[in-house]
Amino acid sequence: MTQQKRISLEKLTQNTTFLSAIALILSLLVSGVVMMIAGYSPIEGYSAMFTGAFGSVDNLAQTLGTATPLIFAGLAMAFAARGGMFNIGIEGQIIAGAFPAALVGAYLQGLPWFVHIPLCFLAGMIGGGLWAMLAGFLKNKLRVSEVILTIMLNYVAQYLAEYLANYQFKAEGMLVRTETIQPSAALPALIPYSRLTTGIFVALAFAVFVWWFLSRTTPGYQMRAIAQNPYAAEAGGVNIARMNLLTMFLSGALAGMGGAVEVMGVHGYFIVNMTSGYGFDGVAIAVMGNNTPLGTVISALIFGALRAGSTSMNRMTSIPGEFIQVLQALVILFVSTPGIVRAMLRKRNFKKNDQKKGA
Amino acid sequence: MYAVEMHGITKQFKNVLANSNVELMVKRGEIHSLLGENGAGKSTLMNILYGMYAPTSGQVVVQGKPVVIENPLKAIELGIAMVHQHFMLIEPLTVAENVVLGYEPKKHGCFDMKKAVEEVNTLADQYGLHVDARQKVEELSVGTKQRVEILKALYRKADILILDEPTAVLTPQEVSDLFRVLRKLRESGKTIIIITHKLKETLELADTVTVLRKGQVIASLPVTEQMDQAQLAELMVGRIVSLETEKQPVPGEHEVVMALRGAVVTRDKRNVLDDISLEIRAGEILGIAGVEGNGQTELIDVLTGLQRLSGGAVVLQGKQLPAGRITPRSMLAAGVGHIPEDRGKRGFVGGFTIAENIVLGYHRNQPFARHGLINRKARDEFADRVARQYDVRMDSIQDTVGSLSGGNQQKVIIGRVFAQDPKVIIAAQPTRGVDIGAIEYIHGELVKMRDAGKAVLLISADLDELMRLSDKIAVLYDGRIVDRRDASEYDERTLGALMTGHTPDSVEKEVKQA
Amino acid sequence: MGDVLSVVTSLIAGSIRVSIPIAFAALGGTLSERSGIINMGLEGTMLMGAFFGVVGAYYTQSAWLGLLVAMMAGALCGLLHAVLTIRFKCEHVLAGVGINVLASGLTVVLLQMIFNAKGKSCEVASFDMITLPVINQIPVLKDILGQVSPMLILLAIAMVGVWFLLYRTVFGLRARVIGENPEAAGSMGINVYRTQYICVILCGILAAMGGAYMSIGDIHMFSRDMVAGRGFIAMAVVIFGGWHPVGAWLGSLLFGLAQSLQYRLQSGSIPPQLVQMLPYIVTLVVLVFARGSKHRAPAAEGRHYYAKGEQ
Repeated sequence: MTQQKRISLEKLTQNTTFLSAIALILSLLVSGVVMMIAGYSPIEGYSAMFTGAFGSVDNLAQTLGTATPLIFAGLAMAFAARGGMFNIGIEGQIIAGAFPAALVGAYLQGLPWFVHIPLCFLAGMIGGGLWAMLAGFLKNKLRVSEVILTIMLNYVAQYLAEYLANYQFKAEGMLVRTETIQPSAALPALIPYSRLTTGIFVALAFAVFVWWFLSRTTPGYQMRAIAQNPYAAEAGGVNIARMNLLTMFLSGALAGMGGAVEVMGVHGYFIVNMTSGYGFDGVAIAVMGNNTPLGTVISALIFGALRAGSTSMNRMTSIPGEFIQVLQALVILFVSTPGIVRAMLRKRNFKKNDQKKGA
Repeated sequence: MYAVEMHGITKQFKNVLANSNVELMVKRGEIHSLLGENGAGKSTLMNILYGMYAPTSGQVVVQGKPVVIENPLKAIELGIAMVHQHFMLIEPLTVAENVVLGYEPKKHGCFDMKKAVEEVNTLADQYGLHVDARQKVEELSVGTKQRVEILKALYRKADILILDEPTAVLTPQEVSDLFRVLRKLRESGKTIIIITHKLKETLELADTVTVLRKGQVIASLPVTEQMDQAQLAELMVGRIVSLETEKQPVPGEHEVVMALRGAVVTRDKRNVLDDISLEIRAGEILGIAGVEGNGQTELIDVLTGLQRLSGGAVVLQGKQLPAGRITPRSMLAAGVGHIPEDRGKRGFVGGFTIAENIVLGYHRNQPFARHGLINRKARDEFADRVARQYDVRMDSIQDTVGSLSGGNQQKVIIGRVFAQDPKVIIAAQPTRGVDIGAIEYIHGELVKMRDAGKAVLLISADLDELMRLSDKIAVLYDGRIVDRRDASEYDERTLGALMTGHTPDSVEKEVKQA
Repeated sequence: MGDVLSVVTSLIAGSIRVSIPIAFAALGGTLSERSGIINMGLEGTMLMGAFFGVVGAYYTQSAWLGLLVAMMAGALCGLLHAVLTIRFKCEHVLAGVGINVLASGLTVVLLQMIFNAKGKSCEVASFDMITLPVINQIPVLKDILGQVSPMLILLAIAMVGVWFLLYRTVFGLRARVIGENPEAAGSMGINVYRTQYICVILCGILAAMGGAYMSIGDIHMFSRDMVAGRGFIAMAVVIFGGWHPVGAWLGSLLFGLAQSLQYRLQSGSIPPQLVQMLPYIVTLVVLVFARGSKHRAPAAEGRHYYAKGEQ
């Protein structure tokens, strides 16, 4: 009986979904403790968060709306990881997608929506894709880890967009932003005055595309081969440099879509700092989703709830919204370190067995 | 009196019983051969003795005292040292730094490099191991690196030396050098255990042999004059094995299928391939002999498109290929099949299924894919047929290749290449790390391909294999082809001398004198 | 003529000053990577150092004690990174990302708790410049190094210390061996994990000192996310410094130069956003030039080592 139980537990600790779930619970517990130490009530905090995320139709819409760009960010990271690239530059690529999408949305006039919206998407994908491809190009040329390259490009993208929004493309008024997009480029809201727009369907469609691309196409097959064994892939006639560029382009295009959807659905223009932290959210989401499209969508929804909830926690209690970052960091650490969860479960199990032996 | 006794050693890994109730008795001052195929449990047993693994059960006795060896440190304290098959050396550091590692001489609390050099040089002279303690390890030949490993053991005052497949990468001359050193060590009272699957060496060198098969001791015997290879092979494999491969010359015209003309590859301003011209002919196996690191890898890479030429040309079926257009993809498409020298590195993607691996390199071709879309049904049917035809032992083609044994992994690769009906086969180390059954099989398949009129290039560190399979042999030394003849004109001695840089003339003279 | 000279000397003095935080972090990164552990968490560790330096100085009224608190926080960050990557085999980069996000959130939360502010702390006790006796008498040089932060002296000591540790001690030899081939080290009975733990914790301490310089050594306060990518730049510096402590320092000086140019340009007519981009562009450009260098990364960098008994 105990033997059986142990075996099943052993199996469970190999199950990534189970490990991710446990890691999430652990993160919630630990950040609850941090809240307590910081002098706040975790119960108050979490219940405010829960209400903020799921308490009403509007709140739920807020959660799903917040999750939309996060799905893209997570897919971008997961896609790159499946192709053997560590794309830490999602933040920059979101900006690089959002900005051209905003321009295409604002300056092209007189188009029907079914032309204008795809054009904006295209601008976002190309912007984000090229920005990411630049990192891929430099990696091929310099043989330097893409991690540093993409991070540096994050800062460059951020300041470049700030510059453009401050000078060439500045809209009238106090805010540093671009002109408002045409109505024909706006994504309709599903719930009035919420962040939830048709963008979420686009996001889900892209998740399906990523799954299909990775498992059903030869470029997807080649990408996965490179990620697992670049030497064998090379001997198998795969052009690694070229595939790296493709991987980065598509990953960046996914991120850029996130930026475009945010511009076209939520803000209506590009505004400085609109993407704060989406990039690293994307890392956490992909890690928690085990780099699979389905897992990524689910964890993006969870992160959407956390983000939406933290905004209302910030409003309803004295707890700073930055707690969400602490929580997020813990999720990254716990999920990417399944060893901790396994070690904890094993220890508990041994203790139980020992107690039984003693009795 | 025994230096090492291992009683009732059992080692259970997650799913594998690596050692089962093993008894090993090693006399003090003898050379003891631990003989067995890959996966027989030799390395596991020695790793237990060296403290890398803890046995599931059993007792180890060293120099008469029962001991528990928790880690290598404890083993070293007990006077046990191990020379690993893959050298545990730090390439950018000097010989002295490598040797003293873990027991560094100190002066005022700092590392005393001068003393380290002195001590290592003294020790090397004492045992006739010729190395320069100040040289960087990356500049050394394979044989010298091995001597550094032995020095490491001696520096730790080891009485018991374990050598894991010590001759795997050595030339015949280096092997006889090594044997000379080992005999000298035996004379000075050291106990030596060699892990090996080579029958000839066991007979030549060892005093006692213990044969392992599937984790169990099959026999432990003193090595006598009467003992022969067939007898040992039968003990090792468990059945009678043929050590010869049937081969008749292929009749008719042998046209040149693939050729190199004056091929040069330059790296770090040095020609790693220097003016190589060779012809691979239909119905022939061309063997390449040479010590590893003399340009074999570059030669393979040039022929398979992995390496750009700095000069010269690749000719395929009479047509010179445009230099800029040669890629692995174009070579595969032109019918050049590749069995890579390092199967784990170049050969397969461990996490991919057998089916996915069997089409690797041909994955774009119909019917496996069309317009970039994978046809899983066609692929899986094909893979299933190939895996069965090439005798891959598996549960299903959806198993990952990483979960297969070395021999079966190699059969996946061989099946992949042969099933595509290649014109040329570049077979590098096709039987490395593969058990005897699979070796017989792979040799047979290679000869079959040759008989079917394929042009085969065989690169192998195993001279027996090379001489047995090849029709012609070319010797590669320092990036050049220094000699080439019909395989029947060579013997092991001549090849060995040529491989280490002796000119054909001087070799001939020597042979005549002898 | 005298004008040009004064511009040059003040530019050099400025470069040295702004290179201090990056140099500390790059030294730490060099040490850590030499032992085989990539520390992406430099950024977050610096931020923690900057914050806890201020906290320490706030409560003790002493910059030195503030620095000590920062170093302890850095040691904890290093320990966390070490436990995750060495004990639990977390991907090195992911562990670093986690630490960075954690630091970014935690410092803001604690900022609100301790200083009841969202963006900046109050001003706290900080390091005063000290006058170097002999150098202060030498012309030209006195304009550059006559008056320096005591942390510059600490940096010089740290650089020599890291060099000595890596190249002159048994510990350093072993650390370098582990970075190249941990299995070889393990087979020689060397305690791989202990060596790596020490290197990564020292790395945390050094990075935190760099962060502390930014707060209590420079602007006398903490402001949120004030490290602004310097930890990542330090990682780049480790690369083109050839994984050598002196190289790390020289690389940092280059950034110091870029950044002090940036400060000069900011007062000019060039849009500030473009000027702010400069250090990151310089990083990319320098990486282009570092390509030709003969240095290569430690062979086992970023890999996990399994001691006996682990699967």
